[in-house]
Formats: sequence, structure tokens, C-alpha cells
Amino acid sequence: MKIIVVGHGMVGHKFLESLAETGLPDVEVTVLCEEPRAAYDRVHLSEFFSGKTAEDLSLVESGFFERTGFTLRLAARAASVDRIAKTVTTLDGEVLPYDKLVLATGSNPFVPPVPGREREHIHVYRTIEDLEAMKASGRKSKTGVVVGGGLLGLECAKALRDMGLQAHVVEFAPRLMTVQVDEGGGRVLRAKIEELGLTVHTGRNTQEITDGATGRHRMVFADGTHLETDMIVFSAGIRPRDELARQCVLAIGPRGGVAIDSACRTSDHDIYAIGECASWNEQVFGLVAPGYDMARVAARHIAGDKDAAFVGADMSTKLKLMGVDVASIGDAHGRTPKSRSCQYVDELRQIYKKIVISEDGKQLLGAVLIGDATEYGTLLQMALNGITLPADPEFLIFPSSDGKAKPGLGVEALPDAAQICSCNNVSKAAICGAVGEGACTVAEIKACTKAGATCGGCVPLVTQVMKFEMARRGMAVNNHVCEHFAYSRQEIYHLVRVGNIKSFDDLLARHGKGLGCEICKPVAASVFASCWNEFVLKKDLAGLQDSNDYYLGNIQKDGSYSVVPRMPGGEVTPDGLIAVGQVAKKYGLYTKVTGGQRVDLFGARVEQLPPIWEELIAAGFESGHAYGKSLRTVKSCVGSTWCRYGVGDSVGLAVALENRYKGLRSPHKIKFGVSGCTRECAEAQGKDIGIIATEKGWNLYICGNGGMKPRHAELFASDLDKDELVRMIDRVLMFYVRTADRLQRTSTWRESLEGGLDYLKDVLIKDSLGLCAELEAQMQHVADTYQCEWKTAVNDPETRKRFRSFVNSDKADEHVVFVEERGQIRPASAEERNASQGVAA
Amino acid sequence: MSAVLQTWTDICAVDDILPGTGVCALVEDRHVAVFRLQVADGDRFYAIDNVDPKSGASVLSRGLLGNLGERVVVASPLYKNHFDLATGECLEAPEQSVRAHGVRIDAGRVNVTLAG
Repeated sequence: MKIIVVGHGMVGHKFLESLAETGLPDVEVTVLCEEPRAAYDRVHLSEFFSGKTAEDLSLVESGFFERTGFTLRLAARAASVDRIAKTVTTLDGEVLPYDKLVLATGSNPFVPPVPGREREHIHVYRTIEDLEAMKASGRKSKTGVVVGGGLLGLECAKALRDMGLQAHVVEFAPRLMTVQVDEGGGRVLRAKIEELGLTVHTGRNTQEITDGATGRHRMVFADGTHLETDMIVFSAGIRPRDELARQCVLAIGPRGGVAIDSACRTSDHDIYAIGECASWNEQVFGLVAPGYDMARVAARHIAGDKDAAFVGADMSTKLKLMGVDVASIGDAHGRTPKSRSCQYVDELRQIYKKIVISEDGKQLLGAVLIGDATEYGTLLQMALNGITLPADPEFLIFPSSDGKAKPGLGVEALPDAAQICSCNNVSKAAICGAVGEGACTVAEIKACTKAGATCGGCVPLVTQVMKFEMARRGMAVNNHVCEHFAYSRQEIYHLVRVGNIKSFDDLLARHGKGLGCEICKPVAASVFASCWNEFVLKKDLAGLQDSNDYYLGNIQKDGSYSVVPRMPGGEVTPDGLIAVGQVAKKYGLYTKVTGGQRVDLFGARVEQLPPIWEELIAAGFESGHAYGKSLRTVKSCVGSTWCRYGVGDSVGLAVALENRYKGLRSPHKIKFGVSGCTRECAEAQGKDIGIIATEKGWNLYICGNGGMKPRHAELFASDLDKDELVRMIDRVLMFYVRTADRLQRTSTWRESLEGGLDYLKDVLIKDSLGLCAELEAQMQHVADTYQCEWKTAVNDPETRKRFRSFVNSDKADEHVVFVEERGQIRPASAEERNASQGVAA
Repeated sequence: MSAVLQTWTDICAVDDILPGTGVCALVEDRHVAVFRLQVADGDRFYAIDNVDPKSGASVLSRGLLGNLGERVVVASPLYKNHFDLATGECLEAPEQSVRAHGVRIDAGRVNVTLAG
């Protein structure tokens, strides 16, 4: 069977994957893709601005086309279809025959017919090429406007802001995200977005774009007002690309799009249409999940499964927009007759939550969550599965005042058909089935069902379902670190300390089984380091270390390492800086200033590490422990020494603290920040330990976090002098080291602590458990036994012998290949590498 | 064992591999990861390709050793995929498996022979 697929976007590629999964024999598949590159993740397109490359966004697993034998033709556009002859003619005039044709042509961004829209520096937001053009414009612009306050428009506005532009959003409707969010939600959303430095203009209808006086363009609105800007991006909705279907006279939906039936067939039964170019039940779906469903249905139908059917899609969404949670479920606007709603608004924290309930109060019909979408998973399952609501449904969204758990969704209430993972269409029954077949960790569930393997948003629910099913089957539900130890990290810590255990073999013999693994070995190594603080490369500890700890550097994707010398507080002398530069130059390393105020040197092969360290050590540097789960940096502002606003010596304090805690091994990496005044130039409140100078001393904030799940640090103690401060930090950190789970950041540790901040204050300030002296003494031991691991490694011939690419040859590893970019090296891509050396060994 | 003639390449002394770790050896221009595992009844040695198919980097010898159920495995240091040391099979993605090679100890020296 010859199949032609027109379009290689997210949905087109999902069709290919699904077709391959059906195992249909003797298919000859040709994909025509008009873009110069294969399918990529458009949902995460904005990450292109935050440093992701086209390659990172690619959706095509390496070797996919080789394995399936499908043919992908890039930069190939289908010009016409002859339904009688069953052929597709490309723009180049080539004629390709088909038995089945699949249209996956997607949509075009809609640009309203405003005079002036063809001016330069006016863009749409759709492809990587569009983004590249926006980037180029952005470099020549100071201000930017996004037309369209929907989901994509806001994302695009964030991209403009991140490029350093003064960004505006212009929306025709009276509020943002009209489709998903109601009026109350729109108000809170607007406030949050404006707080981020964007200007929002609603109820504005653009009439004309002309030359501006202060900016490149002037946008003239219907109400007589105007706005000047240097660049404009249209993100005002989509139009299905149905031109091929119109050309060959297929039925078209009332609002555009190729009309399809539930098998995704068009009015010609040998032609299918899927994704945003298709119109099902007079409806076009602008989300990727329904497109994926259509792709699966079409593939299965072509493969002979006559029952495959697209049954519509749940349009609920949850996203994080510029750090603001926005979620919408089902009938968010309460349009169901006689439905009732219940709202919770916290103007101080800018949180808005609403649930829409059926007339009898038993069913959840819809919900809107802005500012905090913690309940999304539970509410979605309740709405989708028609689960009977508890007696007081308002408590589903109201914060509980007494710290008690909310009326959650007992996972037992979910029907077997409940879809738990919507990315991969995995049901509750499938997860329970996997448990029945022996899967008892989330990793195993992922491996055999793919649940949670794509966006990861459903992992908490997957975990609940798994644990529930395990309990139902009488299996022990546990927090064991892995199959080798029936203990949590905290329990292992106690066993090590109480039993005075110093080697993994001893630990395994007394409390574990098997050989250990890559999970429990680093846990043991970290616990040993916190308790006894011996050299990490000591013979019987070496085999426990992750590659980073083993080579005392950070492994990079090509197997080379990066080296970060410590620069306490970000302070470095000119001579130090020169020495670092000289080392980098001598070994041809790529250099980059890190987010933690240090210099990272990339591209060292293992055998180059010892001589590099020797030279850095000779210039007065130590290991920065950038590789370990340990203290990384103490970031500081310039403080009272130089700054006209500074009230405390933030640099001096940062240097002292970094020197005290350097090398401390912990459940996860730890960062500090010290600001010399409340202007907070060191961003201390985003760190595990944050310190801000006051007129009376130092304020200590704890358990903040940047990264994937940002969390503001909380004020723990005020106006401390330096000795008090150090004592408090000793206690907090050592308590964390003793009680946190493996790879648990201080932020999640703090959130999982029963009793919260008050409990921590009781234990660590009021000493309610009588632990404080012990915690301080243990930290003192760690500080007293500090050693620079680089120095110990290079000075010990036995350890030094381990740093080589080959045990039996002095050759260099030819897999480490660099090319030049912006005057420095970077790892070669797979293609560049193959080109330079034939095929890799 | 078949009658095919095998070539054993001398790699290093047993003690050049720290118990519980691996090294990379160059055998007929192929990168081979050789591991030494200490179990109750002494040392066990394994050899598989060193190049991680997922990343193309020559790093498997730098992974952590252990067992998953019955299987003795190394976890790739880059993306943590597990490779069965006896067969080279990648547990998470069998299409990304590597070859397993022969190892023997001869007079305190580690010898490797490439699989056919």
C-alpha cells in the first residue's frame, strides 16, 4: 500500500509513529514536508528563545526513518491532488501515486486584513523561521507589540520581554484568554501579567499600521487611541490550511477545515485529514492532544481497525505562562443551564479559583484556576469521569486553614477507563495492569505504559494510582530508595550513623541485598560524606560516585568534562582571572561565566583534568564542587564596600560562608545568596539559603529555589549578628542533610515537612528536640575536615592513574570532537562528527 | 565455544581496574568498556562496547554498576539507560543495545576478545 502524508508537523509525525506501531506490512510511506526541517515541538517553541535549538525541539527519534523505511522529503510542497488518478503533484512537478492520502497540513496564523500589515518588522509566530526573524527584529527594536491575548499571544509576549523589549499585548476582546478564562480569572491574570512588566491593552481593534514618531510603527485603534512600537507580532488565532482539499473539491467544514468523519476520513474515503486542518463535527481543534488522537485513529483505521474512532476532545488545559499557573477545565464559563459556581479570590496573592457545579451539586462541570493550579489533576479527573462530588465541594478550591488535607480525589473513585496520562492516552486500567505484571516503581510504570513519560504532569496521579493498586493487591507500598535497600534515605542515614558504617559493602551486608545500583550507591556516598567526610575517591568509595564525582568535573553530552574553580562570593583577583584565562587558552577550553558568578571551562577530556587542576591550584584556586550534590556558590552583590545603597558587607559575608560550607555533601545541590540591602541584587530569596543585610544585622531566608519549580524563600530569623547567623545556617543545613529524601531540594523538603516553617523554628531556634548542639557540632566537623578534592587527587599517584581515556593506550578519545562557534569551541553535532571521521566507531 | 579462532588482547593488570568500577580499553581500534565487579565468591569481569548509542559518547565504562533483579547492569552516566553486562542489551530501549565481548583473566592480566 502506498501512503502519502502531506505535512510533517507534530500531528503528521504522530501519525507516522502510530502507523509504525500498527505493524501494517508492505506499506510504502512518503512524507512531504514543506519546511526545511523535520517535525519539531511547536508547543514548546518559545523555549527557542531561552536557548533551545531546533535540534532540541525535534520530535523525531534518531533512526526513526531508517527503522521504519518511511521516506521523509524536506522542503517538498504538495501543489495539487488528482483524486481520480490518485496522485499528488509536488511544486516541482513530480507526480506521486497513492492508495491512501493523509492531509496533516496544520494551520496558518491569522493576520487580520489591517492596512500596513505588510510592513517590515511585522511577524507571525508559528515556525522556527518566524522565530528567527523575530529574533533578528528584536535585536533592532526597543519595544514590541503582540496582537492577540490568547495562549500563544501571551507566550509570544513573554518571548519579547525575555529579549529585553518593552512588551505590550493588544487584545480585541475585553479580557485575556477569553476562550479558557472567565471574567474574574481574566482580571487576576491581567494583574499578574502586568506585574511582570508587560502592558496589556484590551478592547482594542487595530485599524491601521503607519509610520511612528517615536517607534518604527504606529498602531491606530478604532477608539481613536494609538500605540507606537518597533515590532509587531500577530498571534490572533489560526486558519486551517485546507487549500489542497479545496483544490481537489473535498467537503469543507462551516468554519473552514477539511470535513472528516469519526474515522478521520474526508468526503473521499481514501483521503484522511488530521490535526488543525481537519474539521470534525463542525469544529476545528487548535490543541495538539486532539490532533494526536486523530493521528492514532487514522493510522489504526488505515491498518484495518474499523472500530477506531475519534470521539471529540476534552479542551481542558493547564499551562504555566510566565511563571503564572493558568488552567481551565470543561465548562469554564458556566454555560450549562442552571449550573452553579463557587469562587475563591485572594487579591493579595493574586489567586483566582472557580468551580462550576451541576444543578444537583453532584457533578463538576468546569473550573478555572489562575495563580495556583495545584488542584488541576484532581478536578480534571472529577469532571471527566463524572465522579460524585463531596458534600462541601467548595473545599476543593478553598485553602484549608488548619493545614489538613483537602478532600482529595480518592483514586479508588476513578473508573478503570479514566485517562490518567493524556499525552500517551494511558488509562487507570493500564496502570493497574502494569502493577499486576510486577511494575512497582514509577520508572517501571513509565517504561511499560509510557504514562508520565512525555510532559510529566500526571506523575503525581500515576504514583497515587500505582500505590493504591499495590495496596489493593496487598503489596507493600514503600519509600525505599531502590530494590537493594528497604529503607528511605533518612533511614539509611540513621543506620550509617548509629552503626558507624563506613563502607558500602558493610552497609549492603548489614542492611541491603544484591549489588546495589546507580541510585543507592550515590545515596550511600553522600551519607558517608555528610557523616565522616572522607576523600570521595578513596578506594572503596570510588565505585559509589556518579561520573561527576568520580572525575570531579561535570560530564557533558559528548563525554568531555567542565571544570569550575571556586570563586567564593564571586570575588576574583585580576591575576586569578588571568590564570583561569591562560589555562583555558592552553587547553583550548570553552569559557562561560555561570549564573553563580564563576567561570566554567568546558571541553576537557579526562586525561586533561589533572594537569588543568594542577595549574589552577598553583594559581590559588580550589575545586568549586560544581559536580557534586554539595554547596555550589554563594552569590553576592557588591555590598556596602562599593555600593551607595549597601548596608552590609555582602561580599565579605559571602566569602566567609562559602568557605565554611564548601564541599558539604547533601541530598541535592545547595546555593546561597547574600544581598547587601533589600534591593536584593543577589536574588537571595531564590536560593536555599538567602541572607539580606538590614540596619540591625542579617535576615535569614530559607528553602527558596529557582529552576523548574521556583519557590520564594521564607524569612526564618531576623537581625542576626554573624555568629548567630552561622549557627542558624549550620542547624538548618544539617537538619536538611539528615532528614531529606534522595535528590530532594530544600524547597520540596520544606513543603513536605509536617508543621511547616513553625515546626522548623521550634526545632532549630527553640531547640524543642534538643538537637541543636549536635547539629552544630556535626557541621563543625565537616568544616574542619574540608579538603580540596582536586588537590588530593592530583597529589596521589594511584588516584591520578584513573584519569585517562584508555587503560591501555595514550590516544585521545576521538569521539570528543569540537567545531568553532563565536570564536570558541563547542561539541560537534552528530552529523558534523560523522563527516569529520567517517562513521563513528 | 565454537572452533573459530579467537584473538585475545591483553588490556591491563587486574589491579588496574578498581573493584566496582570500569575502564575503557582500545581493542583493535574499538572502544571496549571492561568492568570489575566484586561479589561474594571473588571478582567477575565483563566487557561491552563503550560507546553509548543514545549520545554517541564513549562513556559506558564511567557508569555505576549494580543489579536490577537478576540482571547485572551498568547505568550510562549521561542518560542513565541500563545495559546488561552479560549481553549488552539496553533495558529501556532494546534498539539501543551494544555488543558484549569476551573477557578472561590470564596470569593476573585482563584479556578481551571482540565478539564476532
